[in-house]
Amino acid sequence: MLWIKLKRVIRSGFFGFWRNGFVSLSSILVMLVTLFVIGTTIFSGAILKSTLAEIRDKVDINVYFVTTANENDILAMKSNLEKLPEVMPPVTYVSKEEALAAFKLRHQNDQFTLQSLDELGQNPLGATLNIKAKDPSQYESIAQFLDGQNAADGSSIIEKVNYYQNKDAIDRLTHIINSANRLAMLLTIFLIIISILITFNTLRLVIYMSRDEIAVMRLVGASAGYIRGPFFIAGAIYGFISAIIALILFYPITIWLGSTTADFFVGFNIFHYYTANFGQIFLIIVGSGIAIGSISSYLAVRKYLKV
Amino acid sequence: MIHFDKVSKIYLDNSVALEDISFSIEPKEFVSIVGHSGAGKTTLLKMFLAEEKPSAGKVFYESTDIATLKRDQINNFRRKIGVVFQDFRLLPHKNVYENIAFAMEAAGRTDEEIEADVPHVLDLVDLGKKIWNFPNELSGGEKQRVSIARAIVNQPEVIIADEPTGNLDPLNTYDIVQILKKINDLGTTVILTTHNKGVIDSLKKRVLTMENGRIIRDDKEGKYVI
Repeated sequence: MLWIKLKRVIRSGFFGFWRNGFVSLSSILVMLVTLFVIGTTIFSGAILKSTLAEIRDKVDINVYFVTTANENDILAMKSNLEKLPEVMPPVTYVSKEEALAAFKLRHQNDQFTLQSLDELGQNPLGATLNIKAKDPSQYESIAQFLDGQNAADGSSIIEKVNYYQNKDAIDRLTHIINSANRLAMLLTIFLIIISILITFNTLRLVIYMSRDEIAVMRLVGASAGYIRGPFFIAGAIYGFISAIIALILFYPITIWLGSTTADFFVGFNIFHYYTANFGQIFLIIVGSGIAIGSISSYLAVRKYLKV
Repeated sequence: MIHFDKVSKIYLDNSVALEDISFSIEPKEFVSIVGHSGAGKTTLLKMFLAEEKPSAGKVFYESTDIATLKRDQINNFRRKIGVVFQDFRLLPHKNVYENIAFAMEAAGRTDEEIEADVPHVLDLVDLGKKIWNFPNELSGGEKQRVSIARAIVNQPEVIIADEPTGNLDPLNTYDIVQILKKINDLGTTVILTTHNKGVIDSLKKRVLTMENGRIIRDDKEGKYVI
């Protein structure tokens, strides 16, 4: 009997959807807006994440060693640094010779500088370690760690750590990144709540139009579940169709915006993101559509079941 | 079978819809309830259908106090009663077949029973040819016949007809009353409310006359006397 009831509810839901053509169409359009907001939120979240990651990646600190520092001491410090949980491995080591070669390459057209270097007769540059933290807020503790580092014989081999020169910029950036993350999350929640409320109210209106019908169903002795079922199914169909339309529309839109976003957001191509993450986006959009449609309908019918 | 015991209904705004109503209806009876608009006829029917609870007194169906029924029991109880409304109240997005099938589905009948009984009951009300039409394709009289078919398809013990001829022309009114009489002859209790003097006078059945929420007359073979 349960199977027969289920079959009847599903059939009735489909017929209700099909025969209320205009109402179904308008519900689908409203839900399309909601799912568009959710989709746009996914894309903007990805853009923000990628841009912030790109900015984070640009932040680093360099440790400059004295010219007399022993290479073994430096490499020991490098491996110590890589063991720190705050540090994102690998720590890049640039030897004195590599630093000199890079300097010469950079100034290959500046004969005066190259000549002065030759006159010195020795390499004036020290080795450097380039360190990236997993999070910009962790540079301070890495800098503190470096303060206590000495060579095996106890002498200080660090000439300077540029963190202290860049401290203000790094602090400001950390603050901006954290604020941007928080703001984006609040905005996302706000937009999603608003669009769900709009959908819920639209479906409430749709069901309000059916209130007499629901009352008659009650009076012929239909149970609450049997009355609710077809509305629940129709709501799920609205959600599913809106989701499919939204996913189809995202395709040309992301193609159109793809190159613009790639130029503007340091290599983030929204179309590549959409196609690479299609499975996940499909599940989120279709899942949200079906859930919002069916749950809204289910709740909206409740009010009229009290006959 | 049906017994109203000192039933009163007073709404929140202190308006009195029913006042100290007592009467009984026996099985297979045909009872007409007459009275002006606002006399309390519809409220009386709502009490019986468990749509409203009395402020005082009790309404019994056999030995059951209707006001004490729980939600599931109300559904089961309503399946024993067929209701015909003045405004037909058909489901607009279901065709004639589906409208009648819905009442059977709600009562838990099988697909085979539905397929066999729906055409049969439509033949009884002479609407066999309109089985696949939607309500907006039917005339008022046809809609009311579908409504009656829906009410009788589960072979209820009682049929409540709340001003079923109110929106119909004299010819359709006559047809609907004949159908109700036929249903009653087959053994179903019928409760009819109406404003139509001609209908009451031609029926020659029991008449309860209501005024201002009270029953002022109860005649065995009554006439319309307001």
